[in-house]
Amino acid sequence: MSIAETTTSTDRPAWLALDKLGVLIAIIAAAGAALPFALFRANRIVLGEPRSLLDALPSFPSGFLIGVLLVGFVVALLRFPVLAKLIAGFLVLAVLFVFIGWSASYLTPEGDTFARVSPGAGFWLLVFAFSLLVTDALTRLRFAPLVRIGILLAVGVAVAALLWSGAWNDLSILKEYATRAPAFWAEARTHLALAFGSVAIATVVGVPVGILCYKVKPLRAAVLNVLNIVQTIPSIALFGLLIAPLAWVAANIPGASAIGISGIGAAPAMVALFAYSLLPIVSNTVVGLLSVSPAAVDAAKGMGMTGTQRMLGVELPLAFPVVLTGIRIVLVQNIGLATIAALIGGGGFGVFVFQGIGQTAMDLVLLGAVPTVALAFAAAVVLDALVEMASRGGRRS
Amino acid sequence: MIEIDDITKSYSGTVVVDHVTLTIQPRSICVIVGTSGSGKTTLMRMINKLVEPTSGHIRIDGEDISGIPAYELRRRIGYAIQGHGLFPHRTVGQNVATVPKLLGWDKRKIADRVDELLGLFQLDPAQFRDRLPHELSGGQQQRVGVARALAASPNILLMDEPYGALDPVIRAKAQEDLLAIQRKMGTTVVLVTHDMEEAIHLGDTIAVMDKGKLLQCARPAEIIANPATPFVAELIGTSERPFRLLSLAKVADHIEAGDVSGEPIEASASLRDAYAELLWSGRPALPVRRDGQIIGQVTLAALSRLAARPQ
Repeated sequence: MSIAETTTSTDRPAWLALDKLGVLIAIIAAAGAALPFALFRANRIVLGEPRSLLDALPSFPSGFLIGVLLVGFVVALLRFPVLAKLIAGFLVLAVLFVFIGWSASYLTPEGDTFARVSPGAGFWLLVFAFSLLVTDALTRLRFAPLVRIGILLAVGVAVAALLWSGAWNDLSILKEYATRAPAFWAEARTHLALAFGSVAIATVVGVPVGILCYKVKPLRAAVLNVLNIVQTIPSIALFGLLIAPLAWVAANIPGASAIGISGIGAAPAMVALFAYSLLPIVSNTVVGLLSVSPAAVDAAKGMGMTGTQRMLGVELPLAFPVVLTGIRIVLVQNIGLATIAALIGGGGFGVFVFQGIGQTAMDLVLLGAVPTVALAFAAAVVLDALVEMASRGGRRS
Repeated sequence: MIEIDDITKSYSGTVVVDHVTLTIQPRSICVIVGTSGSGKTTLMRMINKLVEPTSGHIRIDGEDISGIPAYELRRRIGYAIQGHGLFPHRTVGQNVATVPKLLGWDKRKIADRVDELLGLFQLDPAQFRDRLPHELSGGQQQRVGVARALAASPNILLMDEPYGALDPVIRAKAQEDLLAIQRKMGTTVVLVTHDMEEAIHLGDTIAVMDKGKLLQCARPAEIIANPATPFVAELIGTSERPFRLLSLAKVADHIEAGDVSGEPIEASASLRDAYAELLWSGRPALPVRRDGQIIGQVTLAALSRLAARPQ
């Protein structure tokens, strides 16, 4: 009896079994399909009216979308090869992205400039479910770092193409963009300058401080504790705390205000982001240097390398992947954190988020939030790949 | 010649090396033996200034090393350690080139030297030069470590438990390699180990240390025959003494005339191997072979005499 059972079960194709994560993805996708696909509003601040998958599109595309979703659902649920899951995931996402634009055009009455169509909860859940499928497949396929960056670039190009083609022009978020395009790009520049600038300065300052802490043991605990305390100050409080001293600097130190230092604005935002970045960079530098094989350091010393030669030739290169991990942490953190800079007039994508909250216009909030999330995600993927490339071969001793 | 003159090292009151005086002859292998905590490694690390002595002097070829900048001195002295200490982010070739590069040799000369050394250690340069250390086996990594230490042809080579991490078969091979290369290059080797067997096998002289003090420094035969203290005797192992004594001499040096039949033993084997073979095969004498020719015999009676405590 039991033998017969085993035989029949091995006769079954390998894909005809439930994938563990696939079950979760399928449940989320099913919920997404049941919830409203799009929201229609007569103007940008009234409450939305939900439109289901069946109502959001003309009948033929609606049927096609449901068919594609069903295929994706089955591929996710069963144990298909990972590459098949990846391709299916990307295809479903592509179809979802194209069709949400189509849905917006379809739902917007001809010539009505006040009406707004935005993606509904169902759309977001579907995107989430199939993104999960894609990221899980990507993790399991263990692509080389450069391939992962390549995939990210391809996705970026695809999204850019969608934006450029005008397929999304009837979506509410792009209508918000259309009315404030110059402001959007100006804030984007500020946001990037704040996030990348603060990380760059923190790296330039933090790595030498980390080296110093590694060399001078008594300094280590003191510096790391101070930075730890800085890290625990709530960001809004830190922005507030910086207003008075920076205003004083601007008023009393000649030339300070000329280079843009003032109590509010970009200067305190930059200082706060810099302060938050220091701990991860300094502590990762220390940890990285401490993890360098003592035998390698002893050998370097015993062969007559000077202190500087050891640091530059052996210790820093071996600690580099860990230092880079610290930079990755703060870059992703600061891209998100820079949105709060808008509160004290520092600019950045946060401007749209706070304006949107003020006007109860969620589309405007999305105009600030979506680029921030996309930017942070892209930074994480690129830096993870760089960390992996840097640690190739090197870490084991 | 390395002259260690009344060297003491103490860390905040604890004496690690206690008034040690020791002269190491040029082109010889001196093995410093001791248990852990005996101060043997500290003593060795004072020769290339990895540790600064609290008092006393060390002279190399008559020159007091306290006047030489540490990094300059170290580039003149080979240094190989347990666990090899290879730089994991640099290729085998780059690792071996470390000291020549520090000394500013030109590229051509460095490349030639790297290939020469890898060849010397039976690592095909074309195959190994561009590999990373983690792609090598433990034995290969150890050989690269020694090759790196010898890269700039130093007169002195310091080795700190170099074979500690190797399995017995690879260790024996590595020891033979070291003996061959030392004979070829005439390097003065100072090797630290806790293994008396290794010390007797490799050392021209053996220095025994315990609790920071140098107990005895003599040729292996002398140490075995006349241990200076009970501790030295214990380190040698009382029951092992006759066999250790036999292991020092080769069959070639004790051939007698005579003609016996049976499986022969090579003239290059140690007396200990011959003795073991005699006992195991239950024969009173073995024919001795050199280059395929039987050239005499070695007898159980002679070996028993040789294994006795020298008078």
